[in-house]
Amino acid sequence: MAEDVKGESVASNDESDRAASDESLSNTMLTEGSCLLRRMEICVAEAEKRSGKNAVSMQETYTVYLVETRPMDAIAEGRNPPPDSLWRRYSEFELLRNYLIVTYPYIVVPPLPEKRAEFVWHKLSADNMDPDFVERRRIGLENFLLRVASHPVLSNNEMLYHFLTKEHGWKEMVYETGFQTKVQADSRLRALSATFRVRSPHKRLVEMKHYSDGLQSHTSQLLRARTRVADRLYAVYKVHGNYGRVFSEWSAIEKEMGDGLQSAGHHMDAYAASVDDILEEEEHYADQLKEYLSYAEALRAVCRKHELSQFELEMASQDLISKKQQREELATGIVRTFSLKGMTNKLFGQEAPEQREAKLNLLEELIAEGEETVKEKTAECDEHAEKAWADIVRFKDQKDKDLKEAFINYALMQISMCKKGIQVWSNAKECFLKM
Amino acid sequence: MSGAKVPADISGHMLDLDEEEDLEVFSKNTSLAEGNPMPNSPDSMVNQFRLDEENEEEQQGAINKDIFVTVDNPESHISAIETFITYRVVTRTTRSEFDSSEYEVRRRYQDFLWLKSRLEENYPTLIVHPLPEKFVMKSMVERFNDDFIETRRKALHRFLNRITEHPILSCSHHFKVFLTDEELAPHRKLGPGFLSRMSETMRAMANSVRGLRSKLEEFAIMQEYVDDFSNNMCSVDKVTHRITKEHREYMDELKQYGPTYFQWAESEELLAEPLKGVGSCVEKCSKETEEQIQYLSEVLVPTLHEYVLCADTLKAVMRRRDNIQAEFEAKNEALASKTTDKEMLQEEVDDLADRVEQANNALRGDWSRWRTSMRADLKSAFISTAAKNVDYYEKCLAVWESFLLSQRGESMEQRNGADAS
Repeated sequence: MAEDVKGESVASNDESDRAASDESLSNTMLTEGSCLLRRMEICVAEAEKRSGKNAVSMQETYTVYLVETRPMDAIAEGRNPPPDSLWRRYSEFELLRNYLIVTYPYIVVPPLPEKRAEFVWHKLSADNMDPDFVERRRIGLENFLLRVASHPVLSNNEMLYHFLTKEHGWKEMVYETGFQTKVQADSRLRALSATFRVRSPHKRLVEMKHYSDGLQSHTSQLLRARTRVADRLYAVYKVHGNYGRVFSEWSAIEKEMGDGLQSAGHHMDAYAASVDDILEEEEHYADQLKEYLSYAEALRAVCRKHELSQFELEMASQDLISKKQQREELATGIVRTFSLKGMTNKLFGQEAPEQREAKLNLLEELIAEGEETVKEKTAECDEHAEKAWADIVRFKDQKDKDLKEAFINYALMQISMCKKGIQVWSNAKECFLKM
Repeated sequence: MSGAKVPADISGHMLDLDEEEDLEVFSKNTSLAEGNPMPNSPDSMVNQFRLDEENEEEQQGAINKDIFVTVDNPESHISAIETFITYRVVTRTTRSEFDSSEYEVRRRYQDFLWLKSRLEENYPTLIVHPLPEKFVMKSMVERFNDDFIETRRKALHRFLNRITEHPILSCSHHFKVFLTDEELAPHRKLGPGFLSRMSETMRAMANSVRGLRSKLEEFAIMQEYVDDFSNNMCSVDKVTHRITKEHREYMDELKQYGPTYFQWAESEELLAEPLKGVGSCVEKCSKETEEQIQYLSEVLVPTLHEYVLCADTLKAVMRRRDNIQAEFEAKNEALASKTTDKEMLQEEVDDLADRVEQANNALRGDWSRWRTSMRADLKSAFISTAAKNVDYYEKCLAVWESFLLSQRGESMEQRNGADAS
């Protein structure tokens, strides 16, 4: 089965490659036929605890997730083949994502579910081993894979395919791509240019960067406030449980009121218990918001990377200009700008014509190189900006659609909570009427 | 008493009250015009007592009152020595012992205290509805805070109205004085009140050492109930306070939560409208929560509080009854051990024996009356609270449903638009 799929996907890969080169970028985005998800059903079916020795030979417990895949055509034909499956740890998902981020710096790469539980209202467990947390993480990981596999660009990635199909040796394969060197280079450059200013910033991308900052702060504020509300709501419901106990005690001494009080007390217990389900459901809403909180970071990264490219380009251009100036100085002997060379020349006289000749030749070479570099980097920058903008547009549409749906679901949750409340208090009222 | 009809739940013996005139009961055939609960004209008032023993509740409601009292209009009274609040007490009545049919006086809290202690002294084993407390230690509320004054006013109003509803207490001379005399101060200074309070305490001390000879089982049962009721009321009161507190904190957080949606909406385009939608839903729900809390504080909390105080009243009533019995037993013992001069002591003992019987009967009668009104009060308070909670959830439901409608309606439009193009 896996063989068939592999064969098919290879063929499709060729197709999509041709498609990408023949048509414009925007068309590739629309051609959903290239999406992995179209060819393969993917899900993260289960989670399991494992224990073993880690890198420093210490015993550790960790969770693994079962990634299942099935060929779509087989399903479409009505055959129901068993899924191929393999186990992956969260760290392997992280590795995949980091690889994708480096390989496609202009793509807003879908985020993973949070590493540690954040925005936790007090009763919710912050423990990574807690079954509810694990379950929500399983859903988040599946969501990640589905998003990546349906992305017009990311879904074609080979490492992604191997992640889904090759259990052993996948990690080594990813490291062999050498993507980490790029990560190192990027972070070095970032460290160097921590406060760099780009001379001619890309207006739209800068706007997007600011937007991503806003999105990050707004979603985290919302999540924080929601957490506090959840905490308080929990307290309100649970305190009503005390009525159950107290009414029960009281009913023991009352003849006529006893029955009514006792049954009302039971409804109060039910009311108190109902909040657990209500808040657990709301966690899904929080998870959706958390996804976009992380997405904001990914968006920012894309803008920032373009800035870096722009900066590199400007540095290269600057370097080229200064080299050209040096050539001019050497050739004409006129020193236009202040330079150490000019000074030493004035003080100690110019150098011998042979030396000058050698220097000029070297400079010509460097200038030629520099011009190539500038040309390359300009193309790179422009391509980056174009591709980034295309993906950003796609991302914005996705975000608007997803979040609007999230708000509708939130409203549905609130409605369900209200209906439960009406039910419980109507029942309680009936009991009180019998007092 | 000439052929007067008396409600059956008050036993035959009326307490011996020197200042009290005979209870006269009117029986007019004129029915209430327009069914107005607060009649202004004496002629439209009807006074009927029904002897229906079966339905006590019906009986309570069926008694058409001939005296109506309101407490309102709190005002600050500032003098050189002190500042205090006075309340206006308006009385409308057709009772013959009142010279006029309408009275208006101003009373301060101390005056209410005076009335209560007079009533307790004269009717030691009748259950007088509690007064609001002197101070509210817990919430550190200022005495002249508007909410505090309003809460107190309502409680004072209830206190007087309970008295008007009581067939015996409403006929108290002190009650009449309280309602009618311009100046209460002279009455406060006179009277055996202070002294009798003293002696009661002394008697209680003396008796607690000796213990009661024989407490009738019915009163032992009553005592047990009173103690349990007190504990239960305190628990219910505490839970309710806690609930109110949690509701308030929830509402505070909701007030912070709503704005986060609006703030976010400012940086969005297509998403701005649904964001504002959710934000305004949260806002509306927080307003509903505010109303819910208000209702809870105005209906359930004061009622429970009053019954916590009632429990204390009941304990005091039981104590007083015990004291009366103890006094009799003491004198009886003394009589038994005496050999000479027995007649005078015998008379005293006989008087005390009567007193015990009267006290017991009064308590018995008032006990069932109290139980009935307690049940009615608490039942009604819980029913309205439950109803208000249903109402709260219904309102919130409507808020979210209309948001849902707006969002779904919009997406339908979008889809239709896309299809069209």
